[in-house]
Amino acid sequence: MTAPTMARAPRRSTSHRSYRDMLAASTARTLGRRRIVSQIMIGLTCVAAVVATLPLLFILTHLAKQGAASVNWNFFTKMPVPTGELGGGMANAIVGTGIILVIASLIGLPIGMGAGLYLAEQRGTKLANVVRFLSDVLNGLPSIVLGIFGWQLLVRPFKHFSALAGGVALAAMMIPLVTRATEEMIRLVPVSMREAALALGYSRWRTSLSVVLRTALPGIVTGALMAIARIAGETAPLIFTAFGNSFWSLSPTQPIAALPMQIYTYALTPYDDWHAQAWAGALVLLGLVFIISVAARFATRSRFGLGGD
Amino acid sequence: MAIPINVADDEEREIVSPVTKETPDTNGANSRVTIAAESLDAYFGATRVVRDISFGVHTGQVTAIIGPSGCGKSTLLRCLNRMHETVPTARVEGEVRLEGQDIYGAGISATGVRRHIGMVFQRPTPFPTMSIRDNVAAGLKTLPRSDRPSKSDTNELVERALKRTALWDEVKDRLGASAIALSGGQQQRLCIARALATSPKVLLLDEPTASLDALSTQRVEELVYELRAEVTIIIVTHNMQQAARISDRTVFMLAGEMIEYLPTNAMFTAPKDPRTEAYITGRFG
Repeated sequence: MTAPTMARAPRRSTSHRSYRDMLAASTARTLGRRRIVSQIMIGLTCVAAVVATLPLLFILTHLAKQGAASVNWNFFTKMPVPTGELGGGMANAIVGTGIILVIASLIGLPIGMGAGLYLAEQRGTKLANVVRFLSDVLNGLPSIVLGIFGWQLLVRPFKHFSALAGGVALAAMMIPLVTRATEEMIRLVPVSMREAALALGYSRWRTSLSVVLRTALPGIVTGALMAIARIAGETAPLIFTAFGNSFWSLSPTQPIAALPMQIYTYALTPYDDWHAQAWAGALVLLGLVFIISVAARFATRSRFGLGGD
Repeated sequence: MAIPINVADDEEREIVSPVTKETPDTNGANSRVTIAAESLDAYFGATRVVRDISFGVHTGQVTAIIGPSGCGKSTLLRCLNRMHETVPTARVEGEVRLEGQDIYGAGISATGVRRHIGMVFQRPTPFPTMSIRDNVAAGLKTLPRSDRPSKSDTNELVERALKRTALWDEVKDRLGASAIALSGGQQQRLCIARALATSPKVLLLDEPTASLDALSTQRVEELVYELRAEVTIIIVTHNMQQAARISDRTVFMLAGEMIEYLPTNAMFTAPKDPRTEAYITGRFG
């Protein structure tokens, strides 16, 4: 076994050396050209990166310019006023958005996380594959369709619009987002962690909940917050469900105002004062989404603290 | 130390030991057998990766399993605490007797078996969300409610486990800190402490030093050497020098079969099978 290897070894190393010489020669020949191509490509991707962020910058500056003047204390504390009267605010819409988001989260988070846990733990089963596919389809549905779903489910039978119906429509939108985020995060937990728990005498469900889910939790929280930020600005699912309300309402069974809908309504009117209010509403909504996104960032950061190697 | 778990443990040992004395020692030595495999086969799907293995592991000794990569040594180890079956399509045939009782017998739960047979893996696996203290105590929380130690007893058991793994002095001031902050070698000793906290009868080590540097490896080896008095240890290792240094008996496996099972000294000085000799003299593997 050893003898033939020894005989072959020198010949191999000669051919190896000549190959290296060849490589060096061809490298020298093309090096200049490859440097230039590389610089051009880096430049192009840099331009693309800047262009990608331009729309956000334009929107932000425009919003700030148009909306900042109308965002004042009254905007947060006063009710909308009838046309012709100046002033007023969107207190009811801000609170309404909050209520709808709470309802959507109460329904969407447990279902989404549970489904994600199932998909990650029962990876290969038929049901898991079907659920994963349907969840992707649900994710791709136009949001207006989800509004009609909420209308059919909770508006038509009760003969009136409600905050609850709006929350359900947004929850349907949130579920696939949370499901996917949960599944991805749980799959990032190394198998060795699961095995360590099982080897200690943990049962399967206990391993899933107190080791796997707990390890993945910061990432799942991030995913949940991103999903909330995503649905906070949705208008279409609310038109048929929450409907909007120009008065103060905290009841989940009554029509309720929401920021995106209020912006939509005000923007369609011919009144300059309401246009200004709509700009202000858009700026506040953006601020809300921004705050949630930053919170999500912080949750991610603590995940790196726990991630080990 | 009047800690409930240990009392229960000692009682069980006393009850069971006469039975194990009756278990015939397949290798003709005089010592007691703690855990024994009987015509053990292990499969992944249709592939048989462990072939008809029978051997008894002696109480209070370190038994090493050596062999080339893919010979089934890790799988054999994982059959001994029913971890093999956690992999989809994996299957076991035959018997494994822990102090005379078949762990694959009817009505025996895998989780119950694993509480008596601890395991440490190739890479350290501290739970990242738990503190050092909670990591060591993790196994205690799975005990049936009646056996679960009180808070002060848990603290005492944690301290004892950390002392046994020579980690206490290094971590006693930061028991509440994340286990992730420890070095690789410390993490591995923490995992050994975690496995020891529930006072298992057998400790399975699956290449425990494979991801450690030389110094950490030496510490773990010393630890294994010292622990043999308290717990029966089976260690899978790639490293033949390691097997020679720390084990009392050695199993040599090849392609799923047990080629030889001898006292370590005999294995490394006078193997009977030419394949064993070829492997330990470095002609393959």
